Amino acid sequence: MTAHPPVAAQRGRRRPRRAVTSFAAVAALVAGAALTGCAQQRDSDVYTVMNSSTDESYHRWDAEAMARCGTQLGIRIEQQSVPAAQVMTKALRMASSKSLPDIVQFDASEMPTFAEAGGLVDLRTLGLETDEIPQGIVEFGSYRGTYYGAARSVNTLALFYNKDTLDRAGLKVPATWDELRDTAKQLTEGKRYGLALSAGGAEDGVFQFTPFMWSNGGDETELDSPQVVEALDYWKALLQDGSLSRSTVNWTQADVNDQFMAGNAAMMINGPWQVETLDTDESLHWGIAQIPVPQAGDASVGPLGGAVLTVPETGDEDRQRTAGRIVACLAGEKEQLTYALNSWMVPAHEKAAAVWRDRVPELDALADQVAEARSRTGRLGAGWPSVSLALQSAFQSALTGQSSEAALKRAQQRATSGNRGTRP
Amino acid sequence: MTTPTATAAASTKAPEKAAAPDPARLRRRRRLTQWGFVAPAVVFMLLFFGYPLVRNVVMSFQHYTPKTFFTGQAPFNGTDNWSAVLQDALFGKALWHTLVFTAGSLLGQFCIGLALAVFFSRRFPLNGVLRSLILLPWLVPMVVSGIVWRRILDQDTGVLNTFLGAIGLSGDTPWLTSPGMALLSVILVNIWIGIPFNMVILYGGLQEIPRELHEAASLDGASAWRAFRSVTLPMLRPVITVVLVLGFMSTVKILDLILALTDGGPADATQTLGTLTYQNSFVQLDFGAGAVVGNVLILISAAFAVFYLRANRTDGK
Repeated sequence: MTAHPPVAAQRGRRRPRRAVTSFAAVAALVAGAALTGCAQQRDSDVYTVMNSSTDESYHRWDAEAMARCGTQLGIRIEQQSVPAAQVMTKALRMASSKSLPDIVQFDASEMPTFAEAGGLVDLRTLGLETDEIPQGIVEFGSYRGTYYGAARSVNTLALFYNKDTLDRAGLKVPATWDELRDTAKQLTEGKRYGLALSAGGAEDGVFQFTPFMWSNGGDETELDSPQVVEALDYWKALLQDGSLSRSTVNWTQADVNDQFMAGNAAMMINGPWQVETLDTDESLHWGIAQIPVPQAGDASVGPLGGAVLTVPETGDEDRQRTAGRIVACLAGEKEQLTYALNSWMVPAHEKAAAVWRDRVPELDALADQVAEARSRTGRLGAGWPSVSLALQSAFQSALTGQSSEAALKRAQQRATSGNRGTRP
Repeated sequence: MTTPTATAAASTKAPEKAAAPDPARLRRRRRLTQWGFVAPAVVFMLLFFGYPLVRNVVMSFQHYTPKTFFTGQAPFNGTDNWSAVLQDALFGKALWHTLVFTAGSLLGQFCIGLALAVFFSRRFPLNGVLRSLILLPWLVPMVVSGIVWRRILDQDTGVLNTFLGAIGLSGDTPWLTSPGMALLSVILVNIWIGIPFNMVILYGGLQEIPRELHEAASLDGASAWRAFRSVTLPMLRPVITVVLVLGFMSTVKILDLILALTDGGPADATQTLGTLTYQNSFVQLDFGAGAVVGNVLILISAAFAVFYLRANRTDGK
């Protein structure tokens, strides 16, 4: 606790000069080391991209893409991967020490926070075109009308089902809430649950709740509206039917996938990033469909997920322009397709998406779902994290016994008071 | 020899031989040297402990947001952060959970650790092998144990419930999925993690107790329990203080284990001050509010550190 050891107070009555000198010398050394650590020398031909591709396969795909774009532009592009949860905090730290990389790949739900802080460059001023990108995906990379982030691919959630299990039970793929509830109930048998989803206490759970909330007409700006309450009651009903495991509240999306692959769930809500793992089991025949809607004919609105490439404000306009060209290359039609085919995500680019549909027809439902999907931060921008935290707590309370209405009412109160940090 | 240049020359070659001249100057020189050795430590402390600490306190009175990282400006907002955090119902809950978690973990870790230490202080075959096996939890990184335990404790497919079911007990315990149960489960896992540390330190302490004392006690006709209470425990006291204080410090700030096990859920049932700081600072990016909770944690630890120092001082006398 005490920085000065007590001995100093007792013995150091007179101030010995050499002590001061050595103190100063050490301080200067340490400070000097710290400072040189901050002020990074930028190499004029090397550009850095910070992303969260810490998985071996993603890291490799990105490295290959960067190598191709580097050759095309006559520069070298270096990749710096940090865990997804650290991209934002690391970027903020780098911003305060003026050592931001040339390009940062943010999760789209985080980009508004960084943009609002004034850290991003408008990509249109760097010459990026948005003509061939669907409006929804331009908005996905935009904050308050400014286009800050170019998406290479997007993803969303869908209903995955075990074809064999459904066939054996002679059941159709559900399309409405009633059908889903019914099918799930009939498929629940022994150790197998009809449906698996994630209601864990993190962004995973909120991500999975949004299609139910939005398809029912609910909205994150009013968590205690009847539509949101109804959606949560629907989750509760699935749990009460026994169609959902009670462990649901403790599962991440990866856990859900494990359960599905182990045969402990006949259907699951999940995203295309699981396909790589799903395909490792050749005996598993899975199919994919849009997430069921409250009434036949309703639109199935899922959450739009994925990352966007942004150019942070570094003050060096020449470098920023080149960074813009790198983004244009990485998010260009050709690279998008390669990336999407590798990662099973849907290309953002219209033409690339069309080719992609031909190549991976089994994921067609996903492309349809993407077309209707909505961004989580579209309405709340940087205020999303507070709402997300409140919502997590609410659906966990409701699933473990409380009434949906009371839980959501409290969540709405908490969300409004929780915005103190982002809105002065 | 009396001219200053000569003294300086002599002293650089062999200072101890120049003993005669000026004792006061010599003492001063010695003090300077001592200071020279202390200085790096002081600088280190100031830089890596003093500065962050002060910074954290200041930050808790500032409106510190992502914008601050760019502009460098964090306007002071008085006690806004403090009142917002302290009025938040979640803070009270988290504080309570932290206390229950810390007390429960310490009690469990200590009692089991002590029992094992006493058990292993006797000689028997395979003693060493078993003792090193018990150290395993200590070697596993916290996050890894968290993830493994999350699977073990899964309500439907977890090994623990399957096992309990197989031996005829309730195989349907909602370890991590019921708000009433989750905190207890998290405490149990933390006890499992903390046992080796307690055992090793206490075992070391037990080795220090002279065997004659136990022999004398048994000659006096003391039962095993009586000998433990009147000889072992008092002799172990200093070690016990160390174990408890170090255990307290590492338990009260718990974060990684809870994030891996429950993410603070279900329904905030396992939110502690540690997870709250994390959520405030790194999820909501409200660094001011995060600093407030961090400061509360520091205050609690500081209070405990003072208590520890006092206890140690009376021990020495």
